[in-house]
Amino acid sequence: MESNWYPLAVFFAAVFTNNILLANYLGMCSFLSIAKELKASVGLGMAVTFVMAVTTVLNWMVYTYLLVPFGLEYLRFIVFIIVIAAFVQLVEMIIERVSDGLYAALGIFLPLITVNCAILGTSLFMVIRDYSLIVSFFFGLGSGLGWFLAILAMAGILQKLKKARIPKGLEGAGITLVITGIMALAFMGFAGILMIG
Amino acid sequence: MIASLVVSVAIVSSVAVFLALLMVIADATIANYGDVQIDVNEGTKDLTVKGGQPLLKALGDQGIFIPSACGGRGSCGLCKVQVVKGGGQVLPTELPWLNEQEQQDNVRLSCQFKVKEDISIKIPEELFLVKQYVTKVERLRDLTYDIKEVTLALVDPPEIKSKAGQYIQFQVPEYELTDEAVYRAYSISSAPSDSRRVELEIRLVPNGICTTYVHKYLKEGDEVIINGPYGDFFLSDTDAETICIAGGSGMAPIKAILLDMLDKGISRKTRYFFGARTEADLFLLDEMKELEQKLPDFTFIPALSNPEEGGSWKGETGLITDVVARYVDEGTAAESYLCGSPGMIDACIKVLISKGIPEEKIFYDKFS
Repeated sequence: MESNWYPLAVFFAAVFTNNILLANYLGMCSFLSIAKELKASVGLGMAVTFVMAVTTVLNWMVYTYLLVPFGLEYLRFIVFIIVIAAFVQLVEMIIERVSDGLYAALGIFLPLITVNCAILGTSLFMVIRDYSLIVSFFFGLGSGLGWFLAILAMAGILQKLKKARIPKGLEGAGITLVITGIMALAFMGFAGILMIG
Repeated sequence: MIASLVVSVAIVSSVAVFLALLMVIADATIANYGDVQIDVNEGTKDLTVKGGQPLLKALGDQGIFIPSACGGRGSCGLCKVQVVKGGGQVLPTELPWLNEQEQQDNVRLSCQFKVKEDISIKIPEELFLVKQYVTKVERLRDLTYDIKEVTLALVDPPEIKSKAGQYIQFQVPEYELTDEAVYRAYSISSAPSDSRRVELEIRLVPNGICTTYVHKYLKEGDEVIINGPYGDFFLSDTDAETICIAGGSGMAPIKAILLDMLDKGISRKTRYFFGARTEADLFLLDEMKELEQKLPDFTFIPALSNPEEGGSWKGETGLITDVVARYVDEGTAAESYLCGSPGMIDACIKVLISKGIPEEKIFYDKFS
């Protein structure tokens, strides 16, 4: 199983077949509220990708070098959340200080991410599936890009929908969820290529 | 057993402490912008504030209150300030509230925009007059079954300088319906000459945070914090004929304008159309009758849209727009002052324009 290509396989699986949003339905709240705007979706997508890739690695280290040696695996939920929150805060401060442009495009979404369950979910899957450090990094990156891909696709579809006549009761979150379901079915088509889990 | 408990507590605490320490250090270094200068209206005021905080808060701490209804969460879009120099680019959280002209003029939402360098801003002069006031409820009076008149006596500072037609913001403290203090805007209904008092007319809106507080909780003698005055809805300095139209608690600013006319001896021809559903929705009829006698050329025209069958009502009936259309002649050279619900105001503006009153002579104060 552990061939040289394994990290890449996990990466592509995280983007397509095991897409964190479409397969696990995680990170829905910011997805539903931000997908309305294409530009904001790009910013949020980038922020999620970055934070996911880095926090997965950080949490892997904290888990492997701190929690496992002391037999405290059961504390991973709270520890992971603290690490994610602190990291996001720190990144926001740095971006705000360093670049106005980057802050406007990306930094403004960071507080939204602290409570994004997809981020915590990725760190928890990494533990359950027993990934190594390298694989975890690719898994985090892939999950982030997968989420990015899903929100981008949804934002594109919603742009078209603005001109469509939607039944009153389905407007807003309703139609978005229906479309997300259909998208999830479409992504299941990738399932034959590779699987993880 | 005990040892493992201690270890787990120690590990989690040390992780938390380490991260907290990291945050504290970051806060003191990365997020520390030192003191910055804010130049207000080309040298009118020069403020030194701590950098890194939102402009709205920085100005508020210095006693300059920018109107804001949501308390700085970027959801009302009221706290706009023009930044003339410095400040960087507009944030996506501000964009929904700014039109193209405002974006060109570098108008920013002061609750979202953080002061990180020396900047120059431009704000309307009258905002310098805006202050926070501690007041005491002097009197509560039911005007109708759902409108209360609230008279606030100013305590500190003891006097307010306002123009008839302006509004204040009423601070609702934390209570059952809100877990933080919120502000709601209400027009002043008392005359500006009565500078020691502020009178408001507040209609009960089901589940309204402020209106419920005023109707169900507020008692005489209670302390109320307000800030103001705000707004550019006031009588122009001309002799033109005046047409006032109001509905419900839209009575408030119009009443202040009329009382002000009386104080200042303004004698322009004035007609005041007041729309209500039934007789139970009418109020201050005696006061209006008194004004008709005291003002040289003033007529009060109340109109009911749903008068009781066989009731005693002898005045005008029908929608306020129809009544105005009946009374106002084609080509009247008048100014018009409107206060009420958005629906009523939009409909009235259409009627007035159809009568040949130019749009720039129609002033209004929309509830929203």
